[in-house]
Amino acid sequence: MNHRLRFVLRRLVLTIPVLLVMSVFIFLIIRLVPGDPVRTMLGFRATPAAVTQVRAQLHLDDPLWAQYRDWIAGVLHGDFGEDFVSKAPLGELLAQRIPVTLELTLLSMILAVVAGVPLGVRAAVGGRWARRLTEGFVVFGVSVPDFWLGIMLVLLFAGTLTWLPPSGYIPFTDDPAGNLQYILLPVLTLAAAETAYIIRTTRGSMLGVLGRPFIVYLRAKGTRERSIVYGHALRNAAAPIATVVGIQFGVLLGGAIVVETLFALPGVGRLIVTAINQRNYPVVQAGLFVVATLFIVVSLITDLVVGFIDPRVSDRGQS
Amino acid sequence: MSERAGRNGGGAVLELHDLSVRIPVSGGRWVEAVGGVTLTVGSAEIVGLVGESGCGKSTLGGAIMGLLPGGSRVAGEVLLRGQDLRGLAEEDYRRIRGDDIALVSQDPSASLDPTFPVGAQVAEAIRNHRDVSRRAARERAVELLRVVGIPDPGARYADPPHRFSGGMKQRVVIAAALANDPAVLIADEPTTALDVTIQAQILHLLRDLTVRSGTGVLLITHDLGVVAQVCDRVAVMYAGQVVEQGTVREVFAHPSHPYTRALLESQPAAHHRSGDLPVIPGRVPDLSEPPAGCRFAARCPRAHDRCAAPPPEIRTAGGGRVSCWLHHDTAREAR
Repeated sequence: MNHRLRFVLRRLVLTIPVLLVMSVFIFLIIRLVPGDPVRTMLGFRATPAAVTQVRAQLHLDDPLWAQYRDWIAGVLHGDFGEDFVSKAPLGELLAQRIPVTLELTLLSMILAVVAGVPLGVRAAVGGRWARRLTEGFVVFGVSVPDFWLGIMLVLLFAGTLTWLPPSGYIPFTDDPAGNLQYILLPVLTLAAAETAYIIRTTRGSMLGVLGRPFIVYLRAKGTRERSIVYGHALRNAAAPIATVVGIQFGVLLGGAIVVETLFALPGVGRLIVTAINQRNYPVVQAGLFVVATLFIVVSLITDLVVGFIDPRVSDRGQS
Repeated sequence: MSERAGRNGGGAVLELHDLSVRIPVSGGRWVEAVGGVTLTVGSAEIVGLVGESGCGKSTLGGAIMGLLPGGSRVAGEVLLRGQDLRGLAEEDYRRIRGDDIALVSQDPSASLDPTFPVGAQVAEAIRNHRDVSRRAARERAVELLRVVGIPDPGARYADPPHRFSGGMKQRVVIAAALANDPAVLIADEPTTALDVTIQAQILHLLRDLTVRSGTGVLLITHDLGVVAQVCDRVAVMYAGQVVEQGTVREVFAHPSHPYTRALLESQPAAHHRSGDLPVIPGRVPDLSEPPAGCRFAARCPRAHDRCAAPPPEIRTAGGGRVSCWLHHDTAREAR
């Protein structure tokens, strides 16, 4: 069979156990957080009888394995259960929230790659000034916290310059231009550190590749320097870059929680933060499940991309 | 060997005159990796450049290709068909590399881009220098792969290098190197990384193809067996200098320089496999402060007072040259 098709299939099958293990972790981790959802819902003055009654209604008295079974069975049928507090079905809620988080994180990732990879290449092959400027940006991007950067951007662009709205969200389908105005500052905030990491990874990876003997051999063939750098070296350097982009997507999802809260974006991140404070188990589980699945899907895509860039990866483990 | 001896009548394609290379090392010091090498390679001729590791053979190859590490200083002349390559602008040098002068280097696994199809890497060598369509370059590359002995080249064209054996990869490298019929081929230890059984095949392939196209070959090796198999002439290098050169037959039968003699004696041969191999005592001199006289003197069994002065270059009876005081009285000086 075709090498690449087999690689894709193998990688897809490997995703299933990862998803299962992840669901167990998500289920347990929120239950390890101190605090009782029923007490939080009913308040301190609730009678013991009321607490017992609500606890039974929410199946919190069932053994853990039974609770997990009921939850995962629902998830497999596309039913994430209902909100402890509002009793609303979670499927609809997620359907509204996921696009916001997806837009924020994917746009940040695309911006970071589009800006970071060329800058990283310049940092590797460019002169002293290209190197200094990019190194300065890397130190800035990596060390500045996202909440501070976000506030500064709001102060500058929404406060002083009043070019952009400070917070809020309009769905892309309602008003594309308005949507971009609202999403721009959150994306810049989230993409800054990501861009810095990608520059650093690209530079390191490029320098490693440019020191390898085949680069000398390409010069000996009379290959133009431009083609050596962008055609050969970058392709060889791309696999580690893509891997970092995939892993950093997890960091982006974490950052999305902060940025969504900061800019009042109605995304999954803000949903989870609110739900954790309420010990709202189904919402936290559903939110984390969605976020973790996104990460797994992006990792899968990353691995497939790496396999397509570097034929040695997709050939591994095959005779 | 006699039929090969008569072949170098095509005139010199590569001439090195008093070529020296100094490479910067830490602490502001310089190492004289190559010290005053004079050497010619004729059309369709294979000249072996032999010596121990670190004697400057590969640096010499790099100096010819214009691919030395940054900061290196080259003195003397590198003439390609009479044109001095030193001081060429980078773009002019690029046009020559892979077109007039090609390189086959030691480890084919390290020479090829691991992410590119092998065929594309041959086609690239063509398109770097010829304004031909992708399709034409591809057809020519398939033909070259066939010539170097890749079975089913049309189907293997798109395969990445790691699906080939070391010997097959070196065939691909040779195909790319010879794609533009270069005047000179620098073959830097082309068989060192290969299995012994494959070595002879690759050497004969190299010889057949270069003789056919009239390409002059500078074959850099530490292996005298390789020299004996394919070379017409041989230059023996020690500590950055050529101490002896001549036809392979002459140098092997009557080595004039004590170093050449020691090198030949330290080769494992079938008839004295039982005993210990003779070794050359001592170590190569520190080339950041090369000795003023003969660089081999400290290790030479026949060294005497005169060796503290630079040895004269002397013409041997067989038509070669040797740089050694031993022959000063028995022969006339070379120049």
